[in-house]
Amino acid sequence: MSITEERAASTNGFIGQRVRRLEDPPLLTGQGRYVDDINLVGQLYVAFVRSPEAHAKIASIDTSAATAREDVVAVFTGEDVAVLAPLPMVWAPPGVEMRTPEHWPVARGNVNHVGDPVAVVVGTDRYSVVDATEDVVVEYESLPVVVDPEEALKDSSVIHEALGTNKSHEWGLGGGDVEAGLAEADVVIERRIVNHRIAGGAIEPRGVVAEWRGDELTLWSATQIPHILRLLLAGMLGVPEDKLRVIAPDVGGGFGSKLNVYGEEATLGWLARKLGRPVKWIETRSEGMQATHHGRDQIDYVKMGAKRDGTVTTLHIKVLADLGAYHMLLTPFIPAFTAFVAGGCYKIPNVQTDVVGVFTNKMATDAIRGAGRPEATHILEVMMDQMAAELGMDPLELRRKNFIPPEDFPATVAVGIVYDSGNYPGALDRLLANLDLEAFRREQAELRERGIYRGIGFSTYMEICGLAPSRVVGPSGVGIQAGFWESALIRVHPSGSITAYTGASPHGQGIDTTFAQIVADKLGVTPDQVDVIHGDTGRGPFGMDTYGSRSLAVGGEALVRASNKVHDKVKRLVAHLLEAAPDDIELRDGKFSVKGSPDRGMTLAEASLAAYVPENLPEGMEPGLEETNFYDPENFVYPFGAHAAIVDVDAETGKVSVVRYVAVDDCGPAINPMIIDGQVHGGIAHGLGQALFEHVAYDEDGQLVTGTFVDYALPTAAEFPSFETDRTETPSPVNELGVKGVGEAGTIASSPTVVNAVVDALRPLGVTFMNMPLSPMRVWEAIQAAKGGEGKGPALAEGGGQ
Amino acid sequence: MSRRVPVHITVNGVEHASEVEPRTLLVHYLRDELGLTGTHVGCDTSNCGACTCHLDGESVKSCTVLAVQADGADVKTIEGMADGEKLHPLQEAFWEHHGLQCGYCTPGMIMAAADLLERNPSPTEEEVRKGLEGNLCRCTGYHNIVKAVMAASKVGAPA
Ligand code: FES
Ligand code: FES
Repeated sequence: MSITEERAASTNGFIGQRVRRLEDPPLLTGQGRYVDDINLVGQLYVAFVRSPEAHAKIASIDTSAATAREDVVAVFTGEDVAVLAPLPMVWAPPGVEMRTPEHWPVARGNVNHVGDPVAVVVGTDRYSVVDATEDVVVEYESLPVVVDPEEALKDSSVIHEALGTNKSHEWGLGGGDVEAGLAEADVVIERRIVNHRIAGGAIEPRGVVAEWRGDELTLWSATQIPHILRLLLAGMLGVPEDKLRVIAPDVGGGFGSKLNVYGEEATLGWLARKLGRPVKWIETRSEGMQATHHGRDQIDYVKMGAKRDGTVTTLHIKVLADLGAYHMLLTPFIPAFTAFVAGGCYKIPNVQTDVVGVFTNKMATDAIRGAGRPEATHILEVMMDQMAAELGMDPLELRRKNFIPPEDFPATVAVGIVYDSGNYPGALDRLLANLDLEAFRREQAELRERGIYRGIGFSTYMEICGLAPSRVVGPSGVGIQAGFWESALIRVHPSGSITAYTGASPHGQGIDTTFAQIVADKLGVTPDQVDVIHGDTGRGPFGMDTYGSRSLAVGGEALVRASNKVHDKVKRLVAHLLEAAPDDIELRDGKFSVKGSPDRGMTLAEASLAAYVPENLPEGMEPGLEETNFYDPENFVYPFGAHAAIVDVDAETGKVSVVRYVAVDDCGPAINPMIIDGQVHGGIAHGLGQALFEHVAYDEDGQLVTGTFVDYALPTAAEFPSFETDRTETPSPVNELGVKGVGEAGTIASSPTVVNAVVDALRPLGVTFMNMPLSPMRVWEAIQAAKGGEGKGPALAEGGGQ
Repeated sequence: MSRRVPVHITVNGVEHASEVEPRTLLVHYLRDELGLTGTHVGCDTSNCGACTCHLDGESVKSCTVLAVQADGADVKTIEGMADGEKLHPLQEAFWEHHGLQCGYCTPGMIMAAADLLERNPSPTEEEVRKGLEGNLCRCTGYHNIVKAVMAASKVGAPA
């Protein structure tokens, strides 16, 4: 019996069921409403003039020709766009010196990366406003360009003069004693692991529409964080929060790339007020490649020590994080996330991660799907395979030897956090049950005889998600200047239909359906009677939005708690009306009825009407049926799983083909297994995309080489097989539903899985280590190097893309 | 004001007479002139396929076609796929098999898939994957899109 069937058999409810998505009908018929679908009367179009230089002083800007065009309404440069504060960065780790360069929505003085905006043009027509940008004449005085983060650290040329150095900060997290761990080890290996720069690649580009009316600003943005955006824009624009409404309409994917406060958002808000007309800006893909934040871009210098029997004694990671030119919302924090899960699912007593952040003349990095955890998992899972090879041990045996055993949970790990629940051997067993390893090894040997290099790779990952709790993540904890709770409001209407407001702000995750299933079960209705509202600061309470796989574990639980309050009130009301004790009322088959006599009961609609027409309420009960909850969890949640990839490598061309990809993930009990599978599929594709194809590349002059979808190789359907997914379900003790997040897990697990598979395939040819991306050229080069006996294999010098 | 030229284009069975700038892309004509915003724009290099619609029965990337080139033609967009309340089999299949997440690529995917099934009603999984190579999706990893297209084909839903 599959997990789905088991669950279906054990419950009558909607939780656990494969419910078709409620959000789909409009999206399927062209009735979705994305930012570019919003057009307001009198709307003007906005285009940005962007720097073609990676580092330069703006000597002069002549806007006269552009301004003179009859289709142009206005042109503004950096100083004109008079917002009250620079773009925000919200991480202030206690005791750490953090150097943050000034970062204005439109550049003032210098430009620091290709795509930095230098002027903004407003006009009457979508096309001509772009023409007009060509008429803005900007003179640049070129400055030295720093692209390589290792070079940047030498400070031979400093990007932000006012900071006096390219070093943004140093920060570390660890536990135990890595030196003692090294002394204990029989074997120590070191690798330089490059986790190259990638893009979010949401198919909907960013876009903003802003309208000023009276003293109120409404701003529609393709954002993951309407609530946070409102709070921070209010300060930048000097508009009180109650007069500023931010709406995330349908959003065409985010993957972290829309988790920011962008200069364009501030500029459009400012323009709408300044001009008194609605304004619209829609990013082109080429602009997006230059000016929507990138992710990853770490060089990780890793040292791992183990005893001969495979016991890992120590792990030391030095992260050199290429932050690009500026600090955006969470830029320097992202590599810190790597440190939290550096030890993964292993009982490693001594773990230390030291991060150095450095500025270069590239677009800023920030959160992209997984945000620091894919980097950690890549390091650890690649190192486990490297260590296994060094010890002559089976890589899975080495993993099993070091797993935190199921009985240790909740488990406090070296870095001081407490993993909530886990069964790591269980996930691996389930994975192996889906693979026939012996058959694979036979096949592999046969194929090798024929010159086909087939390999298998594994990763057994864990991650940390459900961002919250405030006490840990907030100002006096890790130092993010915010709280990390989530809000929910349940409004039962007199007729019994329900509006559920959540502070989460999804953009493809299926939250409308998942959340409706939860509320439906709690209140005895069907999911289609529950309308889930999100992404609009003008409707429902303040929220903390969607990122870090937090919507269900934090927002879902808030909804559970709000629903429980409604449930309790209904019980008390029904008990009163039926002259029973509240404890004797149960929700059964859609009715709140007296235990043992199902005929004596009321539906939610009947109870709701009685609450709104309050002729007979229990003593002290308020009329109406509406409850709010703000939920701040006690801990994060820690999903995990085991993934395997089987690949064929063509040794002649270096091309890697993924033959099979099998994933077992554990995100606790499923609310909607169909949606979980979908999240895993997309996550796997993102990680495989990074490992095999995608690379944001700059040349040594800081020119973006991969500036469009022609050069940035987002994977297509033809590049992958169908994925095989399965689950185990280990509930989290942190929330009532027992759930963990799943939006990023696939990405976190998949890049090391496929890299390990490729190395496994190529070991007979002498290739023992590779950095991503495993493009045909780089694979071919690695094979040649190994053949030539240059021993490029595990050498520390093995390069990776900048 | 730039020069405008008249075009007559039938979209989803309705004939429209409009005047457009010669450089107007078909996708912008559909979206901005006719308000048919189901056809999306995801790139500026004809790579993503979010703008896919049918021009005289064949799928085209409408960001690569000028509105004037569609003069006299018959265009079908995602808005023209359902028959009243009744969804097109591909729309049904995408819904049933969770072939969409954010939905941004979806109209283009469905239009491309409809053309693919028109030409090859019983494709193999590999043919579907090859056939959809011109349409990018970041959300689904293509898994459920392929499943949906197979389900809507003569081959039918996988067991
Ligand atoms: S918009 Fe990307 S191909 Fe047309
Ligand atoms: S569903 Fe989001 S891009 Fe395809």
